[in-house]
Order: sequence, then C-alpha cells, then structure tokens
Amino acid sequence: MENLIALLVAAPLLGAAVLLCGGRRLDKAGHWLGTLLAGASFAVGLALFADMLGRDADDRLMTQHLFSWIPVEGFQADLAFHLDQLSMTFVLLISGVGTLIHMYSIGYMEHDERRRRFFGYLNLFLAAMLLLVLADNYLLLYVGWEGVGLASYLLIGFWQHKPSAATAAKKAFLVNRVGDMGLSIAIMLMFTTFGTFAFGPVLGAADETSEGRLTAIGLMLLLAACGKSAQVPLQSWLGDAMEGPTPVSALIHAATMVTAGVYLIVRSGAIFNGAPDAQLATVVVGAVTLLFGAIVGCAKDDIKKALAGSTMSQIGYMVLAAGLGPIGYVFAIMHLVTHGFFKAGLFLGAGSVMHGMNDEVDMRKYGALRKHMPVTFVTFGLGYLAIIGFPGLSGFFSKDKIIEAAFAKGGTEGWILGGAALLGAGITAFYMTRVMVLTFFGEKRWQPDADGHAPHPHESPRSMTVPMVLLAFGSVFAGGFFSIGDRFLGWLEPVTGYTHGHPPVSALTVTLATMVVLATGVAIAWAMYGRRPVPVTAPRGSLLTRAARRDLFQDDFNHVVLVRGGEHLTRSLVYVDHTLVDGVVNGTAASVGGLSGRLRKLQNGYARSYAVSMFGGTAILIAATLLMRAV
Amino acid sequence: MSSLTAVHGLWAVAADPVERIPAPHIEYAQLAPTLIVVGAAILAVLVEAFVPRTSRYYVQVFLSVAALASAFAAVVALAAGGYGSTKAHIAAMGAIAVDGPALFLQGVIILAAAVSVFTFAERRLDPAAHGNRVDSFAAQAASVPGSDSERAAVKAGFTTTEVFPLALFAVAGMLIFPAANDLLTLFVALEVFSLPLYLLCAVARRQRLMSQEAAVKYFLLGAFSSAFLLFGIALVYGYAGSVSYARIADVVDGTVTSVDPALAGTMGNDALLLIGGALILMGLLFKVGAVPFHMWTPDVYQGAPTPVTGFMAAATKVAAFGALLRLLYVVLPGLRWDWRPVMWGVAIVTMLAGAVIAVTQTDVKRLLAYSSIAHAGFILAGVIATSEEGVSSVLFYLLAYSFVTIGAFAVVTLVRDAGGEATHLSKWAGLGRRSPLTAAVFAVFLLAFAGIPLTSGFSGKFAVFKAAAEGGAGALVVVGVISSAIAAFFYIRVIVLMFFSEPKADGPTVTVPSPLTMTAIAVGVAVTVVLGVAPQYFLDLAGQASTFAR
Repeated sequence: MENLIALLVAAPLLGAAVLLCGGRRLDKAGHWLGTLLAGASFAVGLALFADMLGRDADDRLMTQHLFSWIPVEGFQADLAFHLDQLSMTFVLLISGVGTLIHMYSIGYMEHDERRRRFFGYLNLFLAAMLLLVLADNYLLLYVGWEGVGLASYLLIGFWQHKPSAATAAKKAFLVNRVGDMGLSIAIMLMFTTFGTFAFGPVLGAADETSEGRLTAIGLMLLLAACGKSAQVPLQSWLGDAMEGPTPVSALIHAATMVTAGVYLIVRSGAIFNGAPDAQLATVVVGAVTLLFGAIVGCAKDDIKKALAGSTMSQIGYMVLAAGLGPIGYVFAIMHLVTHGFFKAGLFLGAGSVMHGMNDEVDMRKYGALRKHMPVTFVTFGLGYLAIIGFPGLSGFFSKDKIIEAAFAKGGTEGWILGGAALLGAGITAFYMTRVMVLTFFGEKRWQPDADGHAPHPHESPRSMTVPMVLLAFGSVFAGGFFSIGDRFLGWLEPVTGYTHGHPPVSALTVTLATMVVLATGVAIAWAMYGRRPVPVTAPRGSLLTRAARRDLFQDDFNHVVLVRGGEHLTRSLVYVDHTLVDGVVNGTAASVGGLSGRLRKLQNGYARSYAVSMFGGTAILIAATLLMRAV
Repeated sequence: MSSLTAVHGLWAVAADPVERIPAPHIEYAQLAPTLIVVGAAILAVLVEAFVPRTSRYYVQVFLSVAALASAFAAVVALAAGGYGSTKAHIAAMGAIAVDGPALFLQGVIILAAAVSVFTFAERRLDPAAHGNRVDSFAAQAASVPGSDSERAAVKAGFTTTEVFPLALFAVAGMLIFPAANDLLTLFVALEVFSLPLYLLCAVARRQRLMSQEAAVKYFLLGAFSSAFLLFGIALVYGYAGSVSYARIADVVDGTVTSVDPALAGTMGNDALLLIGGALILMGLLFKVGAVPFHMWTPDVYQGAPTPVTGFMAAATKVAAFGALLRLLYVVLPGLRWDWRPVMWGVAIVTMLAGAVIAVTQTDVKRLLAYSSIAHAGFILAGVIATSEEGVSSVLFYLLAYSFVTIGAFAVVTLVRDAGGEATHLSKWAGLGRRSPLTAAVFAVFLLAFAGIPLTSGFSGKFAVFKAAAEGGAGALVVVGVISSAIAAFFYIRVIVLMFFSEPKADGPTVTVPSPLTMTAIAVGVAVTVVLGVAPQYFLDLAGQASTFAR
C-alpha cells in the first residue's frame, strides 16, 4: 500500500503536465482529464485511508522513499513521503474537496476559452498541496509550499486581462514572499540546530534544544504561516485574491491552501511546545486576526470579499487553537476540516449566485434570490448555519471546542483569548446573517446593468449544484460525526498529542454563552437588514464601517510604512551608491591611473637609466637579504 | 737524513702515475631532446652555407619543425620511461637534471617554440616585394636601414632565414636552462639562449631602427645582468667550494664540514652565500622580467619582430622560471627564511607595478609587455609557496601562459595598415565590427590574461594563488587579487574598444594569414579553452612532475 503514496501527487502532476504542455488538441477533453486525475488521487487517498483504518493506532505511519534528492555529505534531503493521520486528513480534504471543485469548474468555466489551462493550474495546485502535506522533511515541504504559491499566483491572475486581477496576483505573490522568507529562515535555523530537515529527527530532538533556538524557529514558522494563511500582519492579499475565478476562491483561498499555515504549526507542534513565547505570539496573531477578519467581513458588500474576511477570521480561530498547544491542535485541525466543507460550499454558492446574476458581486444588488435558486439557497443556508455554529451542525462542534480551549488556557490570558473567540463568534453570526439576508431574503434589488441586460437569476447546472449538495452534507454532518464519541480526537491524538483543558467555567456554560452571543449577532443583523429595506448604494456609514470597508486601513498602512519606506530606502541607497560607492570606485580608478601615468615616466627609453634601476634593485635585493639574516 | 727522507717522499709522490681523468659518462639518450635541437641548429647553419637561397626557407622550416617534433617525442618518451618520476636523476656527471620539472618545462618550451616557428615562417602578411614573398624579418639584417644595400637586398628577394637556426640555438639553451644542475651549466645555458635572442630582436623588416635599438638595449642590459650573475656564481663558489647544486645545498645545510684548504678563508662565510645568492637571483629575475629588473621588457617587446616577441615572452619565461625554481628548491631550500621575504617584496612590487603601469599604455605590444610583468609577479607568488603544490602550480601556469602569449602576439601580427602592424590601441577601435572573428579570438586571449573562469588563465591563477595561500602567503594572494582586478581593467578596456567603439575610417585591416599563423592561433585558443574548461588532466600532469631530483 505504501507504494501508492507517490500516486497521490503523481496523478495531478501528470494532469498538469499534460494539460499545460498538450496544447489546443486537449481543449475539448482537458477538463475531463483534469477532473478524472483529481478523482484518481482522491480514490487512492480513500484506499490508503481504508488501509490505515485497518491498522493499530500506533502503527499508522506510512512512508515511501523515492530517491535521495540532495545527497551531499552532511546535507541530506530525500524525496520521501510521510503519511500519518494528520497528512491523511489533509489528503482526503484536499483531494476530496478538490475533486468536487474540479467538477464544479466544468460548469463554471464552460464559456472560458482558456478552460484547459485553468484545469492544468488546478491540477498543479493539487499536486503541490499534496506534496506539501505529504513531504517527510521541511525542505520538500518548502517545494510544495512554493508550488501552491505559484498555483495561487497563476489562478488569482487567471483573468490577467483585468488589471485588477493581475495586480491582485502580484500582491498575493509579494506578500507571500515575506512569509516564504520566514519559512526558508526557519529551515536554515533547523539545519544549523539539528543538522537535518526530516520531521522525525527534527521534531524528536526538539526536547533537547534550547528554548531560544526553538523560539526563533517557531517565530519564523509563524511568519510563514501568517503569509500563507493570511494572518495579521500579512493578511492584506486575501481580499484581493477574490479576483480569481470563484472555484479558485473556494478551493485555494478558503478550503485548502490558506490552511497550510495551520498545518505547518500543528506539524511543528514539538517545536512550539518547547517555545512558549512563540506560542504566545501565535495565539495573539490568531485572536487579532479572527476579530480583524470578522470586522472586515461585516462591512463588505462584495459577497466574495465578505466571505474572504470570514475565511481570514475562521483561520484565525484555527491559528489560535494551534497556538494553545496540545489542548488545541486537534480542534484546530477539526475546525480546519469542517471549515473546508462549509466555506467551500459557501463560496460555491456565491459562485452559483454570481453565475445567475451576470457576475454581479455586490450583495446590495441581490435580494430575494431564494425563490430563483432553491438549491443554492438551501446549500448556502446550510453552510451559513454551519459556520455560525448553529447547534448540531459542523461549525458548532469545532468552534465551540476552540472557544472552550481558549478559556482553558487559564488566567487572564485565557479570559482574553476566550473572550475574543466568543466575541468573534457573535460577529460571525452577524456578518453571515447579513450575507444571507442581503442575498436571499428581502426585496429583489437587481436592475439592468449599463448595457440594459437585466439579470435573469436561474439555478446553476447540475455539475455545479451536485458539488454544492455534497459539500452541504459535509457542512451538516461532519462536525457531529467527528465529535460524537471523540472520533476525531482518537484519530489524531497519536500524532499531535492531546491534553484535556479545564476551562474556568464549565463547558456547558461556555456553550450557552456562545449560543447567547450567536443569537444576539443574528438578531442584530436581522434587525438591521431583514426588517429594513436595504439601500442599493451603500450609505456612508459610521467611522468603523468606513474603516472596515477599507480593510481597517491595511493597505494604507502597508503603503505608508512599507512602500514609502522602501522607496525612501532604495532612493537613499541609490544616492549612497552614486556618491559613496561610485566615488570610491572612480577615485580608486583615478588614483591608479595617475600613479600609472607617473610610473611610466620612469620608462624613459635610456638604457643607462634602466641599468641604474637594475643596479639599485640588486643593491636593495642584497641589502634585504642581509637584513633578513640580521633580524 | 730525515730531510732526505722527506725529499724522497716528495719524489715518491711526484713519481706516482698521474691520476687518470676518467672519461665523463654522458647519458646521451636522456639528453636527447637537447641534443636533437642542438644538432638541428648546427645542421641549419650548414644549410645556410650550402643550400641555394631559393630553397633555404623551405628546408629551414622543415628542419626546425622536424627537430622540434623529434625533440618533443624524445621528451614524451623520457617521461613515459619514468624519468620524470621514479628514474629521475642527475645526468652528465652532475651537470644536468633529468626529472619531472625539467621534462615538463622542456616539453612546454618545445611546443611553444614549434608554434612560434609557425609564426616565424609566415609569409603572407606583407604584400610581396618585387615578386618575392616576405616574412617579418629584414631582407638583410646587416644592411643599414634606408640604405641602397637594403633596397638591393629587398629587390633581390633576400630573406633572413638565419632566424631558424638562431631560434633553434635559443631553444637548445632554454632546454638546458631549467635542467642545469650546476652554476656553470646554468650560466652557459643562459648565454646560449640569450645571444641568439639579442640577434633575433634586431632583424625586424619594418621599423628597423626601433628593432635595432631594442636589440642593443637588450644586449647591454642582458650583459649587465650576466655580469651580476657570474659574480654571484663566483661568490657562491667561494662559499661552498663547488658549483654543483647538490654540493652547495649540502654546505648550506651543514652536512659537509670538510673544508677545502684553498678556500679556507671563505668557505662557510654566510655573507658570501647571501650576497652571491642574491646576485644569482637577480640574474634570473632579470630574465623573467620581475620589477625592478623589468625595464628592458617593454622596449624590447615593442621593438622586436612580433613573432620573436611572442617566442621570447613565452619560452624565455618558461626557461627562466624553471631555473629559478630549481635554484630555490634544490640549492637554497636551507636559506628559505632568508629569500622568502625578499621574494615576497619582489613579487608584490612586480604584480602591482606591472598592472598599474599597463593601465596607461597605448601600444598593444607594450601593453602585453607590462601584462607579462604582472604575470611574472603572479608566478612568483606560486614560486614562494615552497611546496610541491607551488611547483606544480607554476608549471601549469607556465604551460597556460605561454600559449596565450604566443596566440596573442600572433593576432597582433594580423592587424596591419600601410606601415605594417598597427599596434597603437586607437587603431584597434571597432575591430570587432570589421573582423569579428579576429577580435573575438583576441578577446579570448585577453580574458585568459585577465583570469576569467573557463579560460586557462583562471585555472592557472587559481592554482598559483591556492598554493601561495596554503604556503602561508595569504597577504601575497590579496595583493595578487588586487593586481588582477587592476589588470582586468586594461584587458577589458581593449575588448570594449574592439567591440563597442566606432571603427575609424582609416583603420587597419586584418590580413588573412597562411595556415601557419592560423595554426598558431588555433592552438593558442584550443589550449586556452581546454585548460580552462577541463584543466584536471594537466593539473595532474604538473602535479606528477613537481619533484626535483637532487
């Protein structure tokens, strides 16, 4: 069985190669090939999963060694795979959701003449993401990490004819580079500390390593996670990334790639466990981001951007949980999986709405769509209930556990983190209700566009609705399935470890408080948007609203601090280069030239003066020799 | 009575049969490379005397090439026979060493000479005079420049085919020079190769006055330095009581304590050794062109016929460095702590002065002359390493350098205008536009001089600097790298001039040479590239040849 692991990566990689190199001949069948290979990867994943379930909990690690990638003395890296329960979870999520989104894209991209290329990129993404979660060492993980970055860049800018898309792709790429730098520094630190990159030796030796080292590595890993998972302070790219086609937003920028940071932290748990300061930084990042994303999500009228804010916020929950250490790892991953289902479903629903609305994204121009798109309405609605944590649905179980774990951190910290998580849950309920109400309820507010084309909202084709329905099942049942009997805990615990946390108040109190906050959020949203007519053009809004619409000034901050600062730095460097460096260089050249001009005068053409030079030289030679002896 | 006995005793001693002088035992086979070249040179003199003028040129070229080819074959055979390693020893009654460094350098000298002979034999560069093909040499060297006799000689189609025997004699001397194992042989070899070179410098066809001036300067200064050398030999003899390298080394080391009664006053006097050693060093440093004994180099390089310059710059340097290495490694290793600091100073001054003065040169031949001075400094850095790596790096450097040099000077012969070779740099502007191939080839040589990777210059410089650094001469390497940087400026400037300047309206033309010069240039490029891209085989070869016989 273990030899099948490579197939997981190889199938989509083959698809990417064939689709991207195959040329126009494949235009007709390319999307089928891409979907088939994604499905093949999923099938292999399922087979391996079945095999893994058949083993003892302690014996579930599967490895496959393909070849020695960098066989240098003292610097070894292998192309080898490491499939344990954690990787397995990701493999199923990535290939499963990935396959559904491939299917969905067949319909969604039907009219795009570059559809073959799109599927090629999607396959490339799958291959890279699977490599990321299957790598058995950090260097190989880095390959996958960069691979998903590349795929993300290509797919955000897929509609490159739109300047906004091209800019968004570039922005995502640049911001991600900052995080990637963190990862590469972390890997270098690992090499100097442990002398290897492989998970086994690195994580195994973490206990015996100084806390300072571990903190440095942990902080660099956190920086990497911030970049890939759009956490504060590297969050600014995710909103713009919504310029990409909606299936991309669903797969890469909601369900899978943006969760790579969480994977990285949980995978490196042994390092974080030994570095409390890095853990503290992690929980702070998580808590800040979950509120940041939620606040931004409240103010956006663009349905995808509202969902993007929500993604940021939900990943904030996961990072928070991961930063809590062994009491939170399992729940971080559990929330990651349930979020994968419901957020992908929500995005596909949003895509379906846009599909029926002439690609309109402004929710203020929607309204009353529930009658026109019943399937989308129901699946989106189930996703909505799941994300706000409606009792019994997926989000309820996973998010509740995180809030509980945050309180269980203990002390003032616990109260602050728990409070933030609780508040976030309320805001989530608010903004998701807002999205739901603006889109599906109320009066119809759509109008003919500038060309006079009135939208005719209609349900999307079967290829799009089927994945939405399947994801809705996951949104509804996954959380319960995982939690009842602690199935998920039992599954992951051997890999991540688990400590049961004891919140200062009872778990039931936490749950009840969450319910109250949730109900409040829903009620406020309903009061603001359900009971009052919604203006088609956005009102000016309060100061906070305006700030949130501008993403809490993230771009302004970046512009002032980083862009301007960078410009000033480069200008001053150019100045230094021109005056100081060039001055030194030109000065040296001038003095050498001057010296040369003077020395060549010694060469006057008279044999007599040459003879004098020889004579003098000989005298010096003799004198120096005798002097050396005398000294 | 007692006195009578004493007298009788004296008689008895005198009456003893005179001790027979044993016939010297000469290993002719092992000296074959030199003997072949000497024999061919003598034969070539006879050719000058007896072969009709019309066919002399062909006979001389054939004879020279055949002699050099056989000599090279003899070197290869000796090396294959183990004389470079296991069977290395001192032949000819202690006069000549047959060992790795000697055979390696002899091979290089012979190859360089062979390629040079091709450039000597080139007769298509100048237009034919009165229906006769002419080469780079004066029609009749003895005729006064501009005189009637010169015109008559040109009209008669005379050519100075004597250059071939002269070159062969020079080669013979050069072959002995690095192999000489006593000071007298060293001196004789020096004169044997110097005198023909003085003559060769004087026989340029164009700009004869300059050529003659160069020859006279070279001769005067060469004689001057020979005098120093000879005086140094005398002093060292006074110190050691012998001119044999092995014997001197023993005395220096203190293994010989018996004192020759005739030299009781001087033997073991360190002052004699130090002063004498310094004077001998000076004589050799003059030949390699090290500062401050370099001043003949630019004038002579510029004035001499360009093929001779190439030959001289390459082969003389190889021979002289060979002799220097043997002197320092075989005779004076015991004095290492005395000569190393002095040589440090010489190397530093040589590298810097060569590179700095070259910056403002405007004549391509003078530029190459100063470049050769700087390169002498780089090679000295390897000499100072005092290790086997030092020896092998110097051997490799000499191999690399000699072919680049001959090739570069061969290219110089091609760029001509009405007055012969156009050596002023301003005339080379835009050459790359007119004759891209020629300019590109010259650029390859310049890059090799500059030590750019993938050329032989880089491999050589790297080897030399590595050996120097490992030999504890890190500071020397720093100076060497700085000098290389300065030197890179003027090499690259010529490339920029050739490729990025507008050609001048009355600029020179590039003459298409005969296959002879083409071969010389092609060999130069090939060696440059091969030694740059795949130097390992030759580095190994030099490494195997780096042990001196004692």
